[in-house]
Amino acid sequence: MPPLDETPAEKPRHKPSRAPRTPMPERDASERAQDFDEVSLGYSEEQAVAEANRCIQCKNPTCIEGCPVNIDIKSFIARIIDGDYGAAVSVLKERNALPAVCGRVCPQEEQCEAVCVLARKGEPVAIGRLERWLGDFDLACDLDHRCAPEVGEPTGRRVAIVGSGPAGLACAGELRHLGHAVTIFESLHAPGGVLTYGIPEFRLPKAIVQAEIEMLGVMGVEIVTNVVVGATYTLDDLLSEEGFDAIFVGSGAGLPIFLGIPGENLNGVYSANEFLTRVNLMKAYEFPKHDTPVWRGRKVAVVGGGNVAMDAARTAKRLGAEEVFLVYRRSEEEMPARREEVHHAQQEGIEFKMLCSPQEILGHDGFVTGMTATRMELGEPDASGRRAPVCVMDSDFIIDCDTVIVALGTRANPLIAQTTPDLEVTSRGYVKTDEDGATNKAGVFAGGDIVTGSATVILAMGAGKKAAVAIDNWLAGRNG
Amino acid sequence: MFPIVHQRQLSDSVFEIGVAAPAIARKAKAGQFLMLRVDDHGERIPLTFSDWSAEEGWIRFIFMRVGKTTHQLSHLGVGDSLADVVGPLGIPTHTEGLGRVAVVGGGVGAAVAYPVARAMAEAGNDVTVILGARNQELLILEDEFRALPLKELIVMTDDGSAGEKGLVTAPLKRMCEAAELDHSMAIGPAIMMKFCAATTKEFNVPITVSLNPIMVDGTGMCGACRVSVGSETKFGCVDGPDFDGHAVDFEELMSRQRVYTDIEREADADFSRECSCHR
Repeated sequence: MPPLDETPAEKPRHKPSRAPRTPMPERDASERAQDFDEVSLGYSEEQAVAEANRCIQCKNPTCIEGCPVNIDIKSFIARIIDGDYGAAVSVLKERNALPAVCGRVCPQEEQCEAVCVLARKGEPVAIGRLERWLGDFDLACDLDHRCAPEVGEPTGRRVAIVGSGPAGLACAGELRHLGHAVTIFESLHAPGGVLTYGIPEFRLPKAIVQAEIEMLGVMGVEIVTNVVVGATYTLDDLLSEEGFDAIFVGSGAGLPIFLGIPGENLNGVYSANEFLTRVNLMKAYEFPKHDTPVWRGRKVAVVGGGNVAMDAARTAKRLGAEEVFLVYRRSEEEMPARREEVHHAQQEGIEFKMLCSPQEILGHDGFVTGMTATRMELGEPDASGRRAPVCVMDSDFIIDCDTVIVALGTRANPLIAQTTPDLEVTSRGYVKTDEDGATNKAGVFAGGDIVTGSATVILAMGAGKKAAVAIDNWLAGRNG
Repeated sequence: MFPIVHQRQLSDSVFEIGVAAPAIARKAKAGQFLMLRVDDHGERIPLTFSDWSAEEGWIRFIFMRVGKTTHQLSHLGVGDSLADVVGPLGIPTHTEGLGRVAVVGGGVGAAVAYPVARAMAEAGNDVTVILGARNQELLILEDEFRALPLKELIVMTDDGSAGEKGLVTAPLKRMCEAAELDHSMAIGPAIMMKFCAATTKEFNVPITVSLNPIMVDGTGMCGACRVSVGSETKFGCVDGPDFDGHAVDFEELMSRQRVYTDIEREADADFSRECSCHR
């Protein structure tokens, strides 16, 4: 240990504030439920600095391990405290190319904030809100003045990425950092994947998604829209004729799961994927200015208890529904949705019908007129550890509704597997990979929902980044 | 952007457009479809290929002017472009080893029947094409079909203004009765496919139908295109568009195709008021 007098003069030690967690400014529920503008307004500089000052700058910061992409949270907060916001953004972007997105949609309460030391005795530092504030701080600058993550020396290797959602974008950023040329193929007409078609404008403005993607363009990532890998090109085409050295498959969610009950193909029954795609990607809320229509129900029943169900319910409300019901077969406690989303939905007047299991969708002349459901009660814990819902005898009742939105998750998209017979998939069609994202096919890696099934934005990003490192190693190992 | 390299009008309301799309042209097969968007505010609509050339790098499709998007398309010509074209999508039509086969193309469905009949004939099957339309004006691609190595081309019109007077099911039934068919395929309006399916069912002649449900993404993500086939729900975009015609629930298909009719009529009316063509 060096003698104390040789260490440079340190600035005064940070004295953490003991103020309570700074609340997130939000628009009033009755006002915001009328439009598609963002619900949470974000911190002001003053609020961000106040919140940053709550951080005690632990010696062994557990928050970093709680982050799926291991952002150096302690360090970016220290730089906010110092007032060096540019440096704070750089720290953030070392590990995460999409901070303004993740600051909004990551479930921080289960990740970094869950393991914050302050959470043991009180409320954790609002890491997610600080991340969002920094992301927005960066986006508010001109493109030339924004923080561009470092791009590595060109290696001469080309990597194709399938899908421009969270997994693909994170993988692309990391591969550029490592010096590889990157082309992303997107099947839709706009990049972003679920960030664009799935998560609603009021929770994640599309201008923010596009601005974050724009930065990847500055880093040299090429995005080609309107290409369906598995149709326009097969994986083998990309590796042979198109001359790519490796591929990352991040094609995301696939076919929606339906209930499998009578009446499900009536008009007015949507998968959440279709409903949200019509509204978010195709801007059906601006019909007829935009050409895609959406059925605007008066009474809407949304089936499911995840974030997507909340998004669908809140979207239906904004399209003018008088009543929106959230129908879930367990109780509120078992809902997989983020507490914040549940809370926002309730504030906006979504009516929760818990412990209800849909039995049949009723219709007249081809259109939905209602739904019968059975009351449930909670029994013994099932395989997921949650108490399993059990039917209550003779408890059927009718929910009066003209629209049903089914938000039960998705299955795997079959297109790539169909055209790549030598790619190993699970019995449910998901791509099989090892821990680092390598598939059984040489040079082909995968990550995100196409490997794990429906999960979160940040887990997909983590998988994309991890695979980028594996791709880098694999390329290095090939011909040295 | 996808430049339009070919355009022709086939009847008052039916048009053909070709766009430069080399990557799609290299992969296209009979029975597959594309999704397109005219411009930045446009909807995504599915259209089945009517022709393509891998060598020259173009694809073509035929459409009838029925709503705002097809109305907009009908005004475009060589030199214009489409914002988005993606494909080829769907499972190609099975064309090998069918033996004696009748291909029914009704209305604009003839556009899809053309490459299908061509592929079936090239694969060595014995192909009869039954071409149907309301009247001569709406009859399309007759010359193109005549140029194919078919066993026979039968033309049917509702009013007898071309070919025989009557419905496509009449010659189909004749062929079934004479035990001249090992397989059949019907492409056209849902109601026509429904009756072709009923006709062949009586004689146990298998029939493939090419369905055209509403789609949004067209790649297996949204589920808008679900159809009941037998006891199962299938997705038109990734499981189809071809299905066993004897198992398809056509009533449900027709009902689902009508879901936005009223709302869309409004949008087209708005567009027509501003549009120069005063149809």
